[in-house]
Amino acid sequence: MDSEKYLSGMQSEQAPRGRVSLPALFQVFLTVGTISFGGGAIAYLREYVVRSRRWMSDEEFLDALEVSETLPGLNTVNLSVIIGDRLRGALGAALAVAGITVPGAIVVLGLAELWEGPLNSPRVGMFLTGAAVVACGLLTAVTLQLGRRQLASLFDLALVGATFAAISLFHLPLWLVLLLLAPVGIWFYRPTSGRLQVAKPKVKGPTEPSGISVIRR
Amino acid sequence: MTKLSSLFAVFAMLSILAIGGGTPILPEMQYWTVERFHWLTDRQFRDIYGLGQVAPGPNMLMVLVIGYKLRGLAGALVVGIAFFLPDCFITLFAGRLWDRFRYSPWHAAIQQGMAPIVIGLMLAGTYAIARLSIHNALALGLAVVTCGILLWRHVNPGLLVLLGGLIYALAPVHHLIPLN
Repeated sequence: MDSEKYLSGMQSEQAPRGRVSLPALFQVFLTVGTISFGGGAIAYLREYVVRSRRWMSDEEFLDALEVSETLPGLNTVNLSVIIGDRLRGALGAALAVAGITVPGAIVVLGLAELWEGPLNSPRVGMFLTGAAVVACGLLTAVTLQLGRRQLASLFDLALVGATFAAISLFHLPLWLVLLLLAPVGIWFYRPTSGRLQVAKPKVKGPTEPSGISVIRR
Repeated sequence: MTKLSSLFAVFAMLSILAIGGGTPILPEMQYWTVERFHWLTDRQFRDIYGLGQVAPGPNMLMVLVIGYKLRGLAGALVVGIAFFLPDCFITLFAGRLWDRFRYSPWHAAIQQGMAPIVIGLMLAGTYAIARLSIHNALALGLAVVTCGILLWRHVNPGLLVLLGGLIYALAPVHHLIPLN
């Protein structure tokens, strides 16, 4: 089987590692949770987990990233769960999630307290609106980069448009939109005997923006 | 007073629906917190979203502020548990089962079939925030310039958020031209 070959190939590429200590694991995620202003936590995690500590190979990291992007939830949190679990089981996963979320939680609640109290002024409101405005530009850029492939295919583009219209124009509930459109997309790309698609392990370039990973043909 | 159980229910539901991350659920979050339950006004929702942009870590920690605003620290804690825990459990168990599913041809079908839906949801999430925040030419300009800069080269978005917030805060508010 091809898949077995790939699997064994991947295992041989594992970074040499001993048992990662729980405090060391927590410390790395806490550091990333503290310094990753403006998003980009995934890039910082790769910097620490793969490059500096060598707890994982790049292939293992990208594999974990792909799983975390496919499942519901925030990519950063899901990735922390998977890395923590692979290094030190469920306890490692819990510490990783705590480390990555707690610093930001303290910052955001501290800012909320200041905003309600001493910083409660129209100027601060304007600042936050400005931050939301910039976020719109950021989200647009991220969506365009992630969706390059989808925006170039007629079927995909139609599905992008249908999803957007269902939510933004017709205000359908999200569960209904997923229930209606997910089967359409999955059925269109269903595996057929004529073009059996066997997912090969993908080695993504390190510069590839994180996001939905799609299998390239 | 907002019931903690309602807070829990809404954010646990959003957690499970968060296919493709946080942005895709923004319209749904706005619907439940603003339109349905009137926990927040549109402006508060926008400002809390803006606040979340300034914090490190995962980019949706703003949900904690919604809980905090309604029910103090208990509210923040309940929202945090409801919003993060279900996905953490799903990921923990699904992550362990992943290897069995990885080489199934349906894996590719699901990824390829879901990708356009996620892109559409991200556009809808972006539109939801844009509708609340882009009301004048300066805002439109800031958003377009930000998008252009980020497509052009890699800049830390956190710096752009701070810079954009400052520019907007220092702009002569009453002279901004409203967009129609």
